[in-house]
Formats: sequence, C-alpha cells, structure tokens
Amino acid sequence: MASNYASQFVNLLAALLLLVVFAMLAQRRILSMINLFAWQGLLLAVSTFIVAYSTAQHHLYYSAGLTLVLKVLLLPWLLHRLMRKLNVRWDVETLINIPTTMLVGIALVIFAFNLAAPISQLAEGITRGLIGIALASVLLSLLMMLTRRKAVTQVVAFLALENSLFFAATSATHGMPLVVEFGIALDVLVATFIFGIFFFQIRETFDSLDITHMEKLKDD
Amino acid sequence: MTENTEFIFAILFQLTQLLLVVLAAPLLSGWVNQCQAWLQNRSGAGVLQPYRVLHKLFHKDAVIAYNASPLFRATPYIVFGCMWLAAAIIPIIAVDLPFSRAADVIALVGVFAVARVFISLAAMDIGTAFGSLGARREMLVSFLAEPALLMVLFTASMISHSTQLPTIVDTLAHHQFVIYPSLAFAALAFVIVLLAENARIPVDNPSTHLELTMIHEAMILEYSARHLALIEWASSLKLFAYISLGIALFTPHGIAEVGNWAGLPLAIGLLLLKLMLAGAGLALLETVSAKMRIFRAPEFLGTAFLLAVLGLLIHFLLGV
Repeated sequence: MASNYASQFVNLLAALLLLVVFAMLAQRRILSMINLFAWQGLLLAVSTFIVAYSTAQHHLYYSAGLTLVLKVLLLPWLLHRLMRKLNVRWDVETLINIPTTMLVGIALVIFAFNLAAPISQLAEGITRGLIGIALASVLLSLLMMLTRRKAVTQVVAFLALENSLFFAATSATHGMPLVVEFGIALDVLVATFIFGIFFFQIRETFDSLDITHMEKLKDD
Repeated sequence: MTENTEFIFAILFQLTQLLLVVLAAPLLSGWVNQCQAWLQNRSGAGVLQPYRVLHKLFHKDAVIAYNASPLFRATPYIVFGCMWLAAAIIPIIAVDLPFSRAADVIALVGVFAVARVFISLAAMDIGTAFGSLGARREMLVSFLAEPALLMVLFTASMISHSTQLPTIVDTLAHHQFVIYPSLAFAALAFVIVLLAENARIPVDNPSTHLELTMIHEAMILEYSARHLALIEWASSLKLFAYISLGIALFTPHGIAEVGNWAGLPLAIGLLLLKLMLAGAGLALLETVSAKMRIFRAPEFLGTAFLLAVLGLLIHFLLGV
C-alpha cells in the first residue's frame, strides 16, 4: 500500500516537472526562469527521495541530497549572482509567438509519449509511465534551447535538460551508480562556471548577451 | 423505504440545494470582496453588502432605453434562470440529485453559453458603443475559455468514464483515495477559466469604472433597478456555480448522499469551509495579479487550453 501511494506521488511530481518545463518555455523574464529552474530541482530532489525510500536504495538518498544542494541552492544562487554582476536582472526576452511554441511543445509531448510507450513496457516496478514524461521534458528543454536568444536562458535550458535526463535515469533504472552521478554533478557545476566566464566574454565582444549578434562573426 | 418516499427525499434535497444556492450566492461575492478589502488594507463594506445592494436595486424604478426591444427586458430573467439551473445541476450539497441526471457536463457548458449569448445580444440591442464593445470582448474571451473548460471536464470524465456530474463526483468522493496528476493540470486550467468567465481581475475588472477596460460591466451599463439586480445576482450565482463545480470536480470529499439527513450538516459545513477557502484564494489571486491587456487574454486562455490538453495526455500516459 505504501509503495502504491509512493508511486502515485512520484507520478504527481513527474506531472509537475512537465508543468514546470512548460512554464519555463512560456516565461519571458529571465529571473523567473531561474526561479522555475530551482523549483524543478526541488521536485527532482523530492521525487528521487521518494524513489529511494520506496525501493530502499540507499545511494539514491545521496543523489537526492546532491540534487538538493546543487540544483536547488548552489546553481540558482550562482545564476542569480551572474545576473547581478552582468546587470541583466530585469531583462525581458522578446520571444517569438509563445502560443505557437506551446503548440509545438504539445506536439513534442505527444511524440515523446508515443515513443516511450514501448520502452515503458520493459521498465520495471513503480515508475513505468514516467519515461514518457522524462523524454517529453528532454525534448521540451531542447526546444527551449532553440527558441531562446539570450545566452543566460540557453544555459538555464541546458540545465533543465540535464534535470530531465537525471529524472529519466532515476525513474527508469533507479539511478546510475553514485560515482557517475557525482561526475555528472561536478560536470554541470563546472559547466555553469565556464558559461559564466563565457557570458562576460560574449558581453565584452558584443555589448549584449543576445547570441544573434554572433552571426556577425561569419565571413562574407 | 419505498421508492416513493425516496423520490420525495430526493426532491427535498434538490429544493434545499436550490434555496441554499440562491440565498448564499451574494454572500460568497460579499466574502470575496471583503477578503480583497482586507488584503488591500481597507476595512471593506462587510460580507452582507451585496444583499444591501440587491435590496436597494429592487426598490428602485427601472429606467429602460426608448428603443429597447422585448429581448432587453427578458434577458435578466433568462440569465438569472440559466444560472439557477446550472446551480441545480451541479452536485453541491449531495450526490445524485434528481435534476443532475437531467443534464451532463456538456449541457452545463451549454447552459452557461445560452446565458452569455442572451446577455451579449441585450448589450447590442440598445445600440450604444460600449454595449457592443463589451459584447464583442465577452465573445472573444468566452470563445477561448469554452474549449478549455470542455477539455477540463473531459479530463474529469475520462477518470470516471462518464460525463454525468454525479458519477464523476461519486468516483472521486466515495472510492479509495488516489492521486490524479491529470486532475492537477485540469484544476489549474479550471482556475484560469474561472477567472476569465467570471470577469475577475487578470482578464476583466469587476469593480472598474473605466469604460474602455470593461468587459462584463460594459455590457450591463444600460440596466437599472430590478433588471440590474437580477443580473448582479446572476453574476454571484455564476461565481458560486463555478466554484462549486470546481469543488465537485477536484475536491468533492465529504459530500452527502441523497436521503442521508444525518450527513447533511457535515456536508454543508465542509462545503462552507471549502467555499470560504476558495473565495479567499480568489481574492488573493486578484490582489497579487494585475489586469492584463485585452490582447494578452488569448495567450492567458491558450495556456488554460494547453494545461487541460496536457492533463488529458498525462491521463493517457499514466493511466490515472
């Protein structure tokens, strides 16, 4: 009975995760996008914790803790600090036609659900339907990276992509070995630092974080 | 118990609900306004203010435009009747009322639509600029809100395999407790539709005096006295019906069965608690958000539709 409720709760969290990705897709303000990213991390940590509890896999507790520290506290704090330093706190991104993006998003979700249907037949235990949601989140994060024009939001989209992959891993296979997870976490952290340096470089060269300016680099 | 007495009990329950709803609807509006006043650091007019307004309006003489057609006179009664009928269909105090089997959720959406068509026609009937402006905007908003509402209702119907409201409520209230992620999406979409359909703040401002931003108020500018009172009362009823529909779809736990008089006080008490919470939540939502431009409304309502569709998809994927 307990594991039944646990699986229902994980399903709910997965649905909320998808909702947060959609919210990020529709978000114009960069600052709210970072906050949504923090929420996504929190959902991820809670769902990992529940999977750990219901399957009694101890190493998942560590990865839940790692997610909490890294993705809910450290990375959003880093991004906030970057925003402050770059002085782009109140920037609003001009997006092309949010409703169209959302419709494309819905199409992606249907595609992902169909794609995942045969895979989830093979999956074990409590988290069968979740592969589809995780796959949909991955595709939506990719879409987010495509539609964004500011470097900061593209990085947030990249981090959301990593979150979705992490969710896919915990839901499908009860997590990767702890060493791998530590490695990925470190990678993401280092990537964020490097992106931060990139932001400053991009801004110094182009006076803006809008990556469409980069097209000037090409030879004519 | 013979079938005959059961039937009489059912009718009695239905009448109780009808009376309760029509009398309590202004109270809910008053409560929402009072909560808003508190949140804005005003003392407010008290929860009974809508009754005072209705009393005042019913004792005035009606002024009707010279070129008004009979449609204009009939509309307040039609709108009031539609809203009362809607409130009769929704299981508010008990499941399986005799009226609620008469119409399913799709018919319920139709009842709301009839009221909307008549009030828009009446607004255009007089031929003032503001009337037709309001009517057009109302039609824009509602034509976007209606599909979203239908998708929300379909999500709920999928879970219980029925479009009959009593069956939907019964599945949620009297069976084993299950978490439905799809309903979380549907609930969010429903809140957006509720705000749009009841002329609440992000889409319309119910207390505005600036004609250019009005939607609902612009349509009823020409009404006075008892006609205006009926329309105001119908608006309260509509808000009540929508909130009760939300309660019935998403948190019907504790609702009474027909013929169970002992369960009735508890059901009404729980209902009051839920309504108070919902009203306070509505006031909070309205206080923290600003009215958006009319051209942003399609995006806002598009989000509702999207959420409802996502709910349906997730229902298919997870099977709950």
